Amino acid sequence: MKKIAIRVDDLTVAYNYKPVLWDIDLTVPEGVLMAIVGPNGAGKSTLIKSILGIIDPIAGSVSIYDKPYSKQRKLVAYVPQKGSVDWDFPTTALDVVMMGTYGKLGWIKRPGQKEKKASLEALEKVGMLPFKHRQISQLSGGQQQRVFLARALVQNASIYFMDEPFQGVDATTEIAIINILKELRKAGKTVIVVHHDLQTVPEYFDWVTFLNVKKIATGPVKDIFNDDNLTKTYGINYKVAVNQ
Amino acid sequence: MDIKEYFSLVFSDYTLRTITLGTAILGAICGMLGSFAVLRKQSLLGDAISHAALPGIALAFIITGTKDTNLLLIGALVSGLIGTFWIRGMITKTHLKSDTALGLILSLFFGFGMLLLTYIQKQPNANQAGLDKYLFGQAATLIEKDVTLMAIVTGICLVVLLLFWKEFKILLFDADYTKTLGFNTRFIDILITFFIVLAIVLGLQTVGVVLMSAMLLAPAAAARQWTNKLSVMIVLAAIFGAFSGVFGTAISASQNNLSTGPVIVLVAAVFVLFSFIFSPGRGILFKQIRFWQNRRDLKLQKTLQFMFDIAKTHEDISHPHAIKILNNFQGFTKGSLKKMEEKNWVALQGQKWSLTQDGYNAAKNLYTQE
Repeated sequence: MKKIAIRVDDLTVAYNYKPVLWDIDLTVPEGVLMAIVGPNGAGKSTLIKSILGIIDPIAGSVSIYDKPYSKQRKLVAYVPQKGSVDWDFPTTALDVVMMGTYGKLGWIKRPGQKEKKASLEALEKVGMLPFKHRQISQLSGGQQQRVFLARALVQNASIYFMDEPFQGVDATTEIAIINILKELRKAGKTVIVVHHDLQTVPEYFDWVTFLNVKKIATGPVKDIFNDDNLTKTYGINYKVAVNQ
Repeated sequence: MDIKEYFSLVFSDYTLRTITLGTAILGAICGMLGSFAVLRKQSLLGDAISHAALPGIALAFIITGTKDTNLLLIGALVSGLIGTFWIRGMITKTHLKSDTALGLILSLFFGFGMLLLTYIQKQPNANQAGLDKYLFGQAATLIEKDVTLMAIVTGICLVVLLLFWKEFKILLFDADYTKTLGFNTRFIDILITFFIVLAIVLGLQTVGVVLMSAMLLAPAAAARQWTNKLSVMIVLAAIFGAFSGVFGTAISASQNNLSTGPVIVLVAAVFVLFSFIFSPGRGILFKQIRFWQNRRDLKLQKTLQFMFDIAKTHEDISHPHAIKILNNFQGFTKGSLKKMEEKNWVALQGQKWSLTQDGYNAAKNLYTQE
C-alpha cells in the first residue's frame, strides 16, 4: 500500500452562505499525477487554494504526509493561474523563478549563488534559459506559464499543486509541460492539476478526481474515468454530447 | 529673489535650507513608498489616508489645546491608521469593491475633519488660527525639528526596506503564492501600509491633505516608465520625489506668494509628463517611432522577399534582373530600392538589379526567427 500524500477531511468552503465546496473528503496516494476535473464553478481552484491555506475554509482539515499542512509547507509547491498576477510587474524571468527559493530561505535572508544556480537549472528544465533576463511582460503566455512552472520546480517539493497550467498555451508548451509533470511523477512526486480538457485526461493522468461542489469520485483513471462519473459531474450525457 | 539667487542662498540661509531639506526628504520617502502603492494598484489608498488624517489633527488640537506639530501629527497618524483599517475591513468583510471603500472613508473622514475645523474656528481661543494650513500645507512652517523627524523616519523606513526587500517584492508580485511559502503576508502587508501612512502624515504639514496623494503617486508613475527593475524604480522614484521637492521649493521661494505644496506637486507632474513622452522603453514618442520604423522595415522586407523569390529560381543568386519587373510588385518604390542598396542587400547597375549574398541571407532568415 502506497503512502498517503494528501488527506482532506470534511472540507467545506462558502462565499456568502453559498457553499462552493461541500464536505470534501479526499485522499491522494503518493506518486500519482492527478487531474481535478469538473464544470466551471465546481470549486476546482477553490479546492487547491483551501488546501494551501490561501482561502480559509469554514470547516475541515488538511494533512500532508499525516501532519497538519501548516507544518509541512516546505513539502508543497504551488503554480497559480497565470492570470492571477500582474505581468507588467518590473522584474525578470530569473527573478520570478528565484522567488521559489524564498520559502526555504525564510525571513530576511537573501538568495545567494546556490539559489541562483538552482533557479537557472529550473529555467533550463522548462526551456526558458535564453529568456532569463527578459522582462516578464515581454514573454508570451506559454513562456509565462513555463516561468511559473520553473518557480515551483525550484522549490524542490514533494507535492505540486497546479491551477490550470495548460490554459491558453500552445501545443508545444502543453507537451513540454506534461513531459515535466510526468518526469516529476517518475521521481516519486505527487502532482495535482486543475484540468479542463477531458479528452486528454486518460493520456496525461493516472489519477482523477471528479468535483462539482461535492466530490463525485476519485481514483485511478482506468477505473473511474467513465461515462457514469462524467454524467454525474457535468450533468449531461458526456459521450452523447461529444459525439453530436 | 530669482531662482539663481535661491540656489546661492540655499546653503547659507538657515530657513531656506531647512525647508529645502525637508521637502527633499519628504519627496524621497514618498517616492519610495509610493512605488509600492502604485505596484499594488492601491494608488487611491494614499488619497484616502491623507484625507482620513484630518479629523485626527483637529481632535488632537481640541484635546490638547496646543498646536505642537508633533502632537497634531500623532493625531493624524492615529486617525489615518483607523481609516486604513476600516478600508481594509470593508474590503475583506463586506463585498464592496475597494474603490467604493476608499471613496467612502475618504469623504466621511474629510467631512468630519472639516466639521471639526469649523467648530474649532468658532471657539474663543486665540490659539486656533492656522490649523487650516494642513489642508494645503505650508512648507514655510517647517523647522529643524520637523526635518529631523522626517530624516529619522526615512532612515528607519530605508532599513526596513532593505531588511524585508525580498518579502516586499514577492508580496507585491504574488500575494497568494507568498502565503503558500509560509510567510505571514498580513504582517508584510501591515508593515508596508504602516510606512505609507507614516509618510503621508509627515507630508501633511508641507503638502497638505488634499494634494498628498500626488506626492506618493507622481514620482512612482514617472519612475516606472524608465526601468523594468523594481530596485531601480524605487531609487528613481525617490530621486524624482526629492528633485520635485527641491525645485518646487525653489520656484515657490523665488516667486512671491506661490504656495509650496501645489508647486511641488506640479513639478512632480512635469516629471510624469516628461517620462510618459520621452522614456525610451514605454514612452509614447519612442513607441510611435518604433511603429514607423517597423512599417518602413516591413516595406523593405516585402520587396526583398519578392526579389528573393525571383532570385532563388536562378543558379546564380546575383543574376541581374530588370528593375521593371519589380513594378509588378505592389508597394515597390525607387526609395526603397535605394535604401536596400544602402543596406548592401542589392546591387544596382543601370536598369538592372541583382541580389547580393548579404541580401540573399537576409531574405532567407527573414521569417525564420521565432
